[in-house]
Amino acid sequence: MGDDELSRIFSALADPTRRDMVARLAVGDATVGELADPYDVSIQAVSKHVKVLADAGLVSQTRDAQRRPCHLEAEVFDLMTKWIERYRQQAQERYDRLDDVLADMRGEEQATDHPDHRQQGAAS
Amino acid sequence: MTTTGNRYRVSIEADPNLPIIRMTRDFDATPAELLRAHTDPELFARWVGPDGMETRIVDWDATTGGRWRYIAGRDDEEYAFHGCFHDVGEDRIVQTFTFDGQPDDVALETLWFEDLGDGRTRLHAQSLVDSFEGRDQWLASGMETGVEQGYAKLDALIASLR
Repeated sequence: MGDDELSRIFSALADPTRRDMVARLAVGDATVGELADPYDVSIQAVSKHVKVLADAGLVSQTRDAQRRPCHLEAEVFDLMTKWIERYRQQAQERYDRLDDVLADMRGEEQATDHPDHRQQGAAS
Repeated sequence: MTTTGNRYRVSIEADPNLPIIRMTRDFDATPAELLRAHTDPELFARWVGPDGMETRIVDWDATTGGRWRYIAGRDDEEYAFHGCFHDVGEDRIVQTFTFDGQPDDVALETLWFEDLGDGRTRLHAQSLVDSFEGRDQWLASGMETGVEQGYAKLDALIASLR
């Protein structure tokens, strides 16, 4: 996934209505009319949202007939989930290291107070 | 006393309306201890870098109006970062952050240590970047800093899709 593609996905999902629509499509395919139902907006407005989601590769529309149901491209989400989780995991590792440093700080203080009970720090 | 306390989960959120990334993480420590781990260069260098990289502090004055610069590296790879300490208080640090590889971009970072009153402290870290494009690029680039971001609402959304 290139940077541009990723940016398109993020901006597509920056809109709360579009996030709702994606959540709705996660349950199953739906037409633009069905997607418009819960909102006080026109079919045209929903069509525009669908187009943004489609341009980002998040949603596809089948070509056949008038119904043209929208379909959520779950693979894109799998990629994003992995990608975001990778970032979260990096922060997790960083703060797990900070835990160890904090524990070492306490160990050192305790060692100063009670030299016989020096703690072994868990170096990461 | 145990050497290492609980491993609390990092949560991340990206504001949908502002180019801001927020992170929270609890620690079995006091605000003063967290402040020290963020301002003592020897301690800071031990945890900030990505796994497998050595952090070398080049410049460090963790006082209001001071500045910082460090280099994270391994083998022949090096990534340098610098910024200013705008405000260093008892439970708050406000600083700027620039990756030397993108010298025109500067993030404003606010760290706040919230005393939870039971020996735990919640770290709130907020980064305000120049633009949504900047944030997305930051997210996409990997940054190699070990700094983490994501989209809060998106996290929740993705969770709801599972």
